Amino acid sequence: MLNRLLSNDLPRSRWLAALLLVLFLGLAFAPFLFPGVKALNVAAKVLIFIALVASFDLLLGYTGIVSFAHTMFFGIGAYGVAISLNAAESPSWAALGFGVLAALLVSLVLSLVIGLFSLRVKAIFFAMITLAVATAFLTLASQLSDFTGGEDGLSFSVPELLTPGFTLMEEPLQTPLGEVDLNGRFITYYLIFGTVTAIFLTLLRIVNSPFGRVLQAIRENDFRAEALGYRTVVYRTLSNVLSASFATLAGCLLAIWLRYNGPDTSLSFEIMLDILLIVVIGGMGTMYGAVIGSVLFVLAQSYLQDLLRLAGGATEGLPLLPALLTPDRWLLWLGVLFVLSVYYFPSGVVGKLRERAARPPRARPAGGAASPAQPTARRP
Amino acid sequence: MSPHTPPLRGSLPPKGADPAWGGPAPDRTQPLLKLDGVHTHIGAYHILHGVDLVVPQGQLTMLLGRNGAGKTTTLRTIMGLWQASQGSVQLDGQNITRQPTPDIAHSGVAYVPENMGIFSDLSVRENMLLAARGARSLDDIDTTRLEWIFGLFPAMKKFWLHPAGKLSGGQKQMLAVSRAIIEPRKLLLIDEPSKGLAPAIIQNMIEAFRQLKAAQTTILLVEQNFNFARQLGDTVAVMDDGRVVHSGSMAELAADEALQSRLLGLSLGSHA
Amino acid sequence: MKQLKELDWKPMALVPALALIALPLTGSPSTWLTLTVAGLAMGMIVFIIASGLTLVFGLMDVLNFGHGVFIALGAFVATTVLASMGSYTTADSLWLNLMALFPAMLVAMAVAGALGLAFERLIIRPVYGMHLKQILITMGGMIIGEELIKVFWGPEQIPLPLPEALRGSILLGDAAVAKYRLLAVLVGGAVFAAMVWTLNRTKVGLLIRAGVQDREMVESLGYRIKRLFVGVFVAGSALAGLGGVMWGLYQETVTPQMGHQVNVLIFIVIIIGGLGSTLGALIGALLVGLMANYTGFLFPKVALFSNIALMVAILLWRPQGVYPVTSR
Repeated sequence: MLNRLLSNDLPRSRWLAALLLVLFLGLAFAPFLFPGVKALNVAAKVLIFIALVASFDLLLGYTGIVSFAHTMFFGIGAYGVAISLNAAESPSWAALGFGVLAALLVSLVLSLVIGLFSLRVKAIFFAMITLAVATAFLTLASQLSDFTGGEDGLSFSVPELLTPGFTLMEEPLQTPLGEVDLNGRFITYYLIFGTVTAIFLTLLRIVNSPFGRVLQAIRENDFRAEALGYRTVVYRTLSNVLSASFATLAGCLLAIWLRYNGPDTSLSFEIMLDILLIVVIGGMGTMYGAVIGSVLFVLAQSYLQDLLRLAGGATEGLPLLPALLTPDRWLLWLGVLFVLSVYYFPSGVVGKLRERAARPPRARPAGGAASPAQPTARRP
Repeated sequence: MSPHTPPLRGSLPPKGADPAWGGPAPDRTQPLLKLDGVHTHIGAYHILHGVDLVVPQGQLTMLLGRNGAGKTTTLRTIMGLWQASQGSVQLDGQNITRQPTPDIAHSGVAYVPENMGIFSDLSVRENMLLAARGARSLDDIDTTRLEWIFGLFPAMKKFWLHPAGKLSGGQKQMLAVSRAIIEPRKLLLIDEPSKGLAPAIIQNMIEAFRQLKAAQTTILLVEQNFNFARQLGDTVAVMDDGRVVHSGSMAELAADEALQSRLLGLSLGSHA
Repeated sequence: MKQLKELDWKPMALVPALALIALPLTGSPSTWLTLTVAGLAMGMIVFIIASGLTLVFGLMDVLNFGHGVFIALGAFVATTVLASMGSYTTADSLWLNLMALFPAMLVAMAVAGALGLAFERLIIRPVYGMHLKQILITMGGMIIGEELIKVFWGPEQIPLPLPEALRGSILLGDAAVAKYRLLAVLVGGAVFAAMVWTLNRTKVGLLIRAGVQDREMVESLGYRIKRLFVGVFVAGSALAGLGGVMWGLYQETVTPQMGHQVNVLIFIVIIIGGLGSTLGALIGALLVGLMANYTGFLFPKVALFSNIALMVAILLWRPQGVYPVTSR
C-alpha cells in the first residue's frame, strides 16, 4: 500500500527512508513536538517550501527546463488570496476560494502562453525570457499600489476558523513538552500540512506516470523524443502549467499563513535563488530532494546566521574577516555553498544517499544490478 | 574564363624538386599514418571496432565503404575531433592519439570535412586567410601558391570577395579543398569531395588531386564514387561495420570485379 | 559584416523607424530630440555591456548569467577612483574632468577584466558544454560577487555624481540635450568602431567571427580557440566594467544590485539582436534605450513591459533575433 501511495517511487536507500520518515513525523506533529509560535512558523515555512520546490523540480529536474518565472506564480497565488480577502467585506471561505481560483486561472493562462512561446525559442532564450518576465511582474506588483498595496503589501484577515482568536478548547493542551494552543493557527497549520502532502503525493504520481517518463525522455534528448513521435511542445507546456499551478497553490498557502503579502514576501529574486539552492542541494529530479533540501535550508538559514554572528565576534580584531563573517553576508556563504554543490554535489543529498545504497558492499561479478538484494546466480 | 572547362594554368614543379611544394622526399619505408586497433565510442554508440589502417607516404589512399561503415568517424578520430577509446594513431612515427585537434593540425594535417566546414559569413578571401596559418597579416598569402589554386579552381578568383555562403555547392567544395592546400601539409584528410558535384567540376577536382600527388602530398580520401576513386587511388582500404575489411592496391581492386561486388556492391563501370 | 551588397538592412531600419513613430507622440520636436538623445545614450551604454556577452555566447556557447557582476564592480571601482580625484571632478574644466574620468574608466576596466579572468578559470571552465550548470553556476558567481562588493563598499547605494563640466545640457535650438549623454553616445560609438575594426581588420577578429560560426573547423585549421576564448571573455568583462561606470554616471548612483537589474535589460538586448551578433546587439540596445525613454515619458507605468513587448514582437518576426549567427 505504501508503494501505491508513493507511486512506486521509493526512497531506495535506508538512510533516506529513515530521514524522510523522521521529517514526516516531525512535521506532522510539529505543534506538539515544538510548541511555541516561532517553531510553528519555521515548520509552516518548511512545508510551503517543499511544495514550491517540488513543483520546481518537476520543471527543472524532470523536464530539464530552467524557468525563472516560478516565483512569479508563487506570487500570483499569494496575491490572489491577499487581494481577494482584502477586498471582501468580511473574510469568508467564499472569498478565499475565489482568490485561489482566480489565482489558478491567471497562472494557467500565463503559463500556457509562456509554455507555447517555448515553441519558437530555444532553452537558453526561454530562461532569459522568464527572467525578464518575472522581473517585470515584480515591478508591476510594486507599482500597481491601489491594487496590490505596492511596496507595503496587503494585510488582511482570514476566515474565522483559521484566526488565532478561534479556539477549539478553552484551555491550552498540556503536554510533557509544553503548552499547545489548539487555536486557529493550529488548524491552519494542519490545513497547510494536508495540502502540501496532497501536492507532494500528486507530484510523485505525475512524475512516475507515463507522462512523467516522457518528460524525462525529453529532458535527456528532445530531438529523439520528437523523432519517436512525442510532441515535445505539448509535454513541455503541460509540465510548465502543472508546475505553475502547484507553485500558485503554495503561494495561496503562504498568504493564508502570514495573513499578509508583499512583493518581497513572494516575488523577490532571493526566493528564486533559495529555490534553486534547495533543488540543487536536495537533488534534482528526485522529488524527495525538495523535502530534504527545504528542511536543511530553513534550518541552516536560522542557524547559519547565528554561526556567522559567533564567528564574526571571534575574529573581531582581524582585518577582512569580520566583514565576511557577519550574518548580513549570509547570502555570500550561501552562494559559495551553491557553487560548490553544483560542481561537487550534482546529484544532491538524495542522489548521494541513493548512490551509497546502490553500491554493492563487496566485489561483484560484472553486470551487478543496482539493488543490493540480488539473488545468487546459480542454485543447485 | 569559364569556371567549368579546365584549361589549367600552371602546375606544380616536378616531383621532389621543391620541398616547399609537397613536403620532404618520400620515405617509402615508413607509412605516414598508421592506425592500430582504434576503437571509437560516441556517447553510448560503439562506432569503430578496431580499425587497422596504413597510409603510405606520398600516395593517395582511398577509404571506401558503404554508408555508415565508419569512414567519417575514422577521419574525425585521426583529427582528434573524437577521442579514440582504444588503440593508437601514429603520424610520422609520433603518437597523436590523445593530442588536441589544433596540435594535430599543427603537425601538418589538413582536414576537409563532409559538410565542407565553410565559414559562410566570411568571404572566400577570409576563408583562405584563416587556412593560411603562416599569414601574419591580411595580405600575407603566398601568391604563387594562390595562383596555382586559381588555375585549378577559377571560381575562387572570381568570387574572391564574396561571402562564402553565396557560393554554389560545387564552389564551396572547391573552396574547402583550396583551404586545405593553400599551405603545404604532410597529410590531407578529405571526406567525400565529389558529393553532389557536376561531372565537369569533378574533373577539376581530379586534376587538382593528381597535381598534389605529383608533388608527393599524402592524401587519405573518403569516397563513394568508385570511378573517382579508381582514377586517383594508389592504395585502397575498404571499411564495413567499423573495421577495415580489405586493404591493398587500387589496381588490384579495380581489376577484380567479383571482389568489388562483394565489398562495395558495385562493379567497375558503374558509379554512385 | 557582409562584404558586398546583400546587407540585410531591415533590422537597421528599425531604429530610425521607432524614432519616427515616437515623434508625433511626444508632441514637440525639442522634447523628442532630448528623449532621442537620452535613448541613444542609454542604448550605447547597454551596447557596451551587451557586446561582450553576446560574443562570449556566440564563440564558446557559454551563457554567463552573472555578467551583471562586472557591471557593478566597474561602477563601484569608479566611485573610489573618482572620489580620490575630487579636485579634478569638482573643477569646471572639461579637460580636467576628463582627466579624472578616463583613468576611472581604465581602472574599472582593468579590475573587471581581472575578475573576468578569475571567473572564467574558476566558474566557467569546469562547465563548458553544460548549459544547465552554466546558468546555475554563473548565477551563483554573481551572488558571490555582489556580496563581496557589499563587503568592500557596504550594502548601501553610493552616489556617483557627474563631474562639474559634464553636468547640465547644451541647447540645440529649443531642445536641451544633456552633455553627459552626448559623451556616452561618443564613447559608445568609439567602442563600436573599435570592435568593428578588430573583427574585420585583424586576424584575431577573423578567428572570432569564424569561431562563432564553426568552432570545430577553426580548431581543425590549427588554432587553439580555447585561449582565444579566455581573451574574449576578459575583454567582455572589461567592457562590462566600462559600461558599469557609464551606467553609474547616467543614474548618478550605484547600488550592489545594479548588476542583476541591468542583466535583464542585457538579455533582452541580445535576444533581440541574435546571440553572437555585434551589430544585432547594437540595434537591440538602441531599440531598448529608445523604447525605455519614450515610454518612460509617455506611459511611465509600462516602461519595463514595453521592452518585453518589443522583444516578443521581434521574436515573432525572427525567432532567432534580427541577425542570427548561422551555425546555431
